[in-house]
Amino acid sequence: MAISEQQVRHVAMLARLALTDEQVVHLGEELNSILDHIDTIQQLDLAEVEPTAHALDVVNVTRSDEVRPGLEREVALRNAPETEDGAFVIPRIVGGGEEA
Amino acid sequence: MIDLSRLSATQVRDGIADGVFTAREVAEAALGRIDALEPHVRAFNQVTPELAYEAAARIDEAVASRVVLPPLAGVPVAIKDNMNLIGTRTTCSSRMLENYESVYDCTAVRRLLDAGAVPVGKCNLDEFAFGSSTENSAFGPTRNPWDLERVPGGSSGGSAAAVSAGMASISLGSDTGGSIRQPGSLTGTVALKPTYGRVSRYGCVAFASSLDQIGPFAKNVEDAALALNAIAGHDPMDATSADLPAEDFTATLAEGVTGLRVGVVTDLLDTDGCDAEVREAVRSAAETFAALGADVGEVELPSTAHGLSAYYIIGPAEASSNLARFDGIRYGHRIPDAEDVIDLYTRSRAEGFGPETIRRIMLGTYALSAGYYDAYYGQAQKARTLIKRDFAEAFERFDVLLTPTSPTVAFEIGEKSDDPLAMYLSDIYTIPVNLAGNCAVSIPAGLSEAERMPIGLQVIGDYFAEATVLRAAAAFEAAIAFDTTPSLVREIQ
Repeated sequence: MAISEQQVRHVAMLARLALTDEQVVHLGEELNSILDHIDTIQQLDLAEVEPTAHALDVVNVTRSDEVRPGLEREVALRNAPETEDGAFVIPRIVGGGEEA
Repeated sequence: MIDLSRLSATQVRDGIADGVFTAREVAEAALGRIDALEPHVRAFNQVTPELAYEAAARIDEAVASRVVLPPLAGVPVAIKDNMNLIGTRTTCSSRMLENYESVYDCTAVRRLLDAGAVPVGKCNLDEFAFGSSTENSAFGPTRNPWDLERVPGGSSGGSAAAVSAGMASISLGSDTGGSIRQPGSLTGTVALKPTYGRVSRYGCVAFASSLDQIGPFAKNVEDAALALNAIAGHDPMDATSADLPAEDFTATLAEGVTGLRVGVVTDLLDTDGCDAEVREAVRSAAETFAALGADVGEVELPSTAHGLSAYYIIGPAEASSNLARFDGIRYGHRIPDAEDVIDLYTRSRAEGFGPETIRRIMLGTYALSAGYYDAYYGQAQKARTLIKRDFAEAFERFDVLLTPTSPTVAFEIGEKSDDPLAMYLSDIYTIPVNLAGNCAVSIPAGLSEAERMPIGLQVIGDYFAEATVLRAAAAFEAAIAFDTTPSLVREIQ
């Protein structure tokens, strides 16, 4: 399954990566070379085989729903590029201007 | 001056306990070795003398007050820089996390330090552990102490080089597709990937959560077993960590291999791209096991032929999901002039991640995207089932399996860095073990004739059979008496 330049751009948007035109072309070539190799897996007849998501048979682990100490707020914010009033700062997400 | 490359962890601890030297003197020796060799090797992203001397002082106080010393008291250790330790940065060798300060401790690191170990620094890696040569580090490559023009392997190349060069007695790495064992092979060190779930992954920056496992590098099998003693065990902070009774992995090391059923995996020896010398070293290792009294036979693992394909779907798929957290908001690189939130995400990530990280995220996102999920991810998970079955059948007949760890000895810096697929092939023997989730150790099996570079033997065991693989490795180690000291270290002595 060859991947087109348009698909590379689509996948880059899904992955939230702003690629240059040059990167798009280059990555397309590299991904196709890797996919050529990986595609051998398509030839396997695995219709009757159960998938393995996890090496061991693990089950969900739960605990009682009680409040426990976590990271202090200032510690959690320590590595943030921009904070204000004890919160992370992000650009406006919905709309723009006065009426948003 | 204490030469750490000639002392085992137990000799360091006992030397401190008996007053032969102090923990501070041991720390000075390790940091002195780092000063001397680090300009050549570049194993570390950060050296931590303050943390080391603090920890050493606590050990020396314990000696003075005649407290019984913990098992790794005063033993210098180095930590792969994808594991958090308060007081250090955790960069994953990425521009994305260049200034990231650890805000909590990785459980395995904390347990190692609680066993008395002295942290000397954080080790270089391929960015986010994506690679097999440590050339993908944003801070430059680590070099192999056996030949500075060659790679130490990867992704835990810094951890491997640090132990190989005697800059630490023990180090921690993480292994998703071979990232402990392959650099262990290329640097002539003992390198253990424990069973999935044996060691908590809490505090190790996730690459592929169903494959990742933390494990030790050491100069000898006993030290690797001591390190595993310290780091193994259930952790409420990692729901996939196994709740098993504590085990002393050193207890049966000296019991030998008489009657041990050893299977040589013949179809993996015959793969293209395996050096003749590497193949010969494994054949010769099998003869050594037979001479030691083991029952040596042959076995095939045919489904592992699809291991590389399955791994390069599952690994990147899980990585693309795990690395979604690096969005320039809570931590990590952030562009200063974002127009909106999509612009912030997309440009911060494109600037913060290096080429291999972008490649893996793209590959994984593609494999998980609408219309391709069943063809790639679904198919890979089914292939994983076949590989598990192959191992299960092999372990009905054998206690341990032998393969090469890496198809070649250490290659030259730059040799494979422009060809992602060629680089991926260096993990062809290690990947199946991560997919199945069982355990394996790489142990030095000799030097190549022409290049005088270490060759690694992979000893694979069943789930939670670390004691068995370490016992087999210990018997082999004693039989071949490989000198783990690289030429670089011999030159400065």
